[in-house]
Amino acid sequence: MSSASRFTSFLKLIEGPQTLGKGPKFWSGFGVVLLAACAYPFFADSYDVGNNVYFFNWLFMAMGLSLIWGYGGALSFGQTAFFGVAGYAYGVLTINLGDAYGLTLISLVLAVGISALFATILGYFLFFGRISGVFLGIVTLSVTLVLERFMAQTAGPEWAIGKARLNGFNGMGAMPSLTIPWPGGNIVLYPDVTLYYVTLVLLLVCYLGLRILVNSRFGNVIVAIRENPMRAEMLGYDVRKYQLATFVIGSALAGLSGVLYTSWGNYITPASMGMTAASLPIVWVAVGGRSDLTTTLVGTLAVLIVFQSLTIYGSQYALIVMGTLLVITVLIAPRGIVIALLSPFMRRKSKLEGER
Amino acid sequence: MAILETRQLNKHFGGLHVTGNVDFALQPGEMHCLIGPNGAGKSTFFKLILGEHLPDSGEILYDGEEITRAKPFERIRKGISVKFQVPGIFKELSVQQNLTIALQHHVAPEILQEEIDRLLEFLKLSQDRKQLAGNLSHGQKQWLEIGMAVALKPRLLLLDEPTAGMTPDETFATGEMLQELNREGMTLLAVEHDMAFVRQIAHQVTVLHFGKIFAQGTIDEITADERVAAIYLGEVDA
Repeated sequence: MSSASRFTSFLKLIEGPQTLGKGPKFWSGFGVVLLAACAYPFFADSYDVGNNVYFFNWLFMAMGLSLIWGYGGALSFGQTAFFGVAGYAYGVLTINLGDAYGLTLISLVLAVGISALFATILGYFLFFGRISGVFLGIVTLSVTLVLERFMAQTAGPEWAIGKARLNGFNGMGAMPSLTIPWPGGNIVLYPDVTLYYVTLVLLLVCYLGLRILVNSRFGNVIVAIRENPMRAEMLGYDVRKYQLATFVIGSALAGLSGVLYTSWGNYITPASMGMTAASLPIVWVAVGGRSDLTTTLVGTLAVLIVFQSLTIYGSQYALIVMGTLLVITVLIAPRGIVIALLSPFMRRKSKLEGER
Repeated sequence: MAILETRQLNKHFGGLHVTGNVDFALQPGEMHCLIGPNGAGKSTFFKLILGEHLPDSGEILYDGEEITRAKPFERIRKGISVKFQVPGIFKELSVQQNLTIALQHHVAPEILQEEIDRLLEFLKLSQDRKQLAGNLSHGQKQWLEIGMAVALKPRLLLLDEPTAGMTPDETFATGEMLQELNREGMTLLAVEHDMAFVRQIAHQVTVLHFGKIFAQGTIDEITADERVAAIYLGEVDA
């Protein structure tokens, strides 16, 4: 096969059996939504645009959890551990290295790399130790809670790495924002329109990249493992390696969320790895429909916006609504509310396909 | 040389001796059935060959190479394949995807679809390629799993009660499928209860009883053996 046709078949994986949206209608709709997202800053106050980048920051972690849980069938309750590790790593690195010469971008890569390395070590013991099902959830949740407790007790001056004070319960602040070196003056990505576009592009790249990944041979194997790990192994696949790779990719995305969040708010706290923080991604992903990247994105964005609006009336009240939403989803639409809403259309479509 | 051989294979679960000093050899090209009453140790013996359980002592050789401690997926890569008793398929995926996953790591992308079509025809599932595997009838699920196991082009196919829950017509059709595979050179080892099916396919039969080989021979020799009839009636001790 020539390299050109190889590239074409690679791009074709953007549609496939593991992703719901396909065909001209889906991509037209996708184009409209993307255009609307690109046009949004022209019609909104730049302060609001910068604030709303907050919602985008979480979507990477949600997509990562969709990959691990929805596609791979392994419920990780502790994705916030990688979020927090990467957030703190970015803080420590940038406070020490500064923001010149593109060092914040290098810190971003290193921080995501550190969270991926942490996921590799943890995942090795989990998957090569054949821990699965509810025990995987318990171990990952424990890890994130241990990290939260540990970081919460780092208040004293002895808890510093170079110039970076960890600051215990109050969290670490004053790290520089992401800064792009540019001739004639660095572009500092404060929460405003430029950061909005950069995050949007990153989101687009990760979303399309993950679509290709889940429709590739690798994606076929991870859904096979979700469906029947024993059969997958008896087809000659080393299930543990595939599970580990999925976990590391998903956790690196949680790490990316952590870095973007920390850079956006110049702030990271132990609470970002706590019980509440660890539960919320489960709600976002379950409500949307964890077994598809697009429904995960739509669901997560919708739940985040509702949650944020509700916190105006009080955060505890909003959390009760989130819990209720999760219970309703599990009882009424276990595959996710967005998927349940779409299923009448999908049934009609598959019926038509059958008649063809 | 035997394609599969076990030497003094032993497995205990607590105080229970489920496989006791089993010396077994399977010749290339053979269709061999393992029979025995419930609790005879057939499933454990299968799981030992597959690597799902590790033996307490003894050796397992595949094509002369020792695989006693090899991981299950390593044994599969060497040329062994298996069909489980309860259909081990990917229920939420289409029939086509099930076969794709079985084929993709050893078939070039250019001929993947051709291979899938060939298998679908062999399995009589061409009309159902877009169906979710979970929506197939029980017999079709069994066939799909046979197809997935065969897709690996194994030299040795292990089948754990391949006709469990099938209608007599489906059972017969399955027998014909397996005979065709055997004619193409595949060695088959099946655990089976249905004696009509055993008569249809088996060249050789091994009877297991209390984890030990109780009798071996052709189906006619086995059915003529009064001691074998007696163990099914619970009249012979180990």
